[in-house]
Amino acid sequence: MVQQVGARLDASFAALSDATRRGVLDQLGRADASISDLAQKFNMTLTGMKKHVGVLEQAGLVSTEKVGRVRTCRLGPCRLDEETAWIERYRQLWAARFNELDTVVDELKQEEKRNGRKRR
Amino acid sequence: MNKLTLEAEGDRFVVVIRRFDAPPAAVYRAHLEPKLIQQWLLGPDGWSMPVCINEAKPGGRIRYEWSDGKGGGFSLTGEVLELEPPHRIVHVERMHLPDPTPDNHIVTTFVAEGAGTLMTMRMTLPDAETRKMMLSTGMEHGMEASYVRLERLSRQSGQ
Repeated sequence: MVQQVGARLDASFAALSDATRRGVLDQLGRADASISDLAQKFNMTLTGMKKHVGVLEQAGLVSTEKVGRVRTCRLGPCRLDEETAWIERYRQLWAARFNELDTVVDELKQEEKRNGRKRR
Repeated sequence: MNKLTLEAEGDRFVVVIRRFDAPPAAVYRAHLEPKLIQQWLLGPDGWSMPVCINEAKPGGRIRYEWSDGKGGGFSLTGEVLELEPPHRIVHVERMHLPDPTPDNHIVTTFVAEGAGTLMTMRMTLPDAETRKMMLSTGMEHGMEASYVRLERLSRQSGQ
């Protein structure tokens, strides 16, 4: 369960690593929109916008529905609630710190070994 | 894999659990000796910690300052409350942004597990609002740097 959440968050953060995609989410938070609305709004080709929406859709942040010739986009089932996003960001900070700490304690361990040998 | 768990518990707690491949004495030392702390207690990507004071004794002062090397920075101050080498550290800390945030009370324990250590850090904030502020502040500071890093990574993997 926890791992699933982690994988989902990874996908979410990768999807969120692009300014346009963050803008699209912001926009969809206000109102549903078609891909051509979004392309126009972000001054982009239809193909370019389709790609971005595809990434967001894969992360579950956006869902789309085609009615006739229009594909409407809305916020998806996996939208990140604010607190989850904060905790994940905080977790990433500590994860990076503890990776460095691994190196530090490893050096201490080696040092200890050398000292131990000297004493004997 | 020494995977990290970090969870918000109730309204006021954050619990962090991590395993290390070194005995408690080493992990304990790395939490108290400034020379060691400076190597791992990172700020945002590319920042350093030019000032690191930790008077490792009950009542001792803590002061950490992070800098982006361009005049930007923030600091943390605190006090050591209890030490039980090499198993337990109790301290309080607050961020200065630049106004001080309410105190975060932290109990860190180091338990031997085989040849390694199971470390548990239990943070207690005065209320839900303060916890929210702490989590979101970490985000503000780390956010842009992390996005830049992610953007770089996703560009690389997209090629």
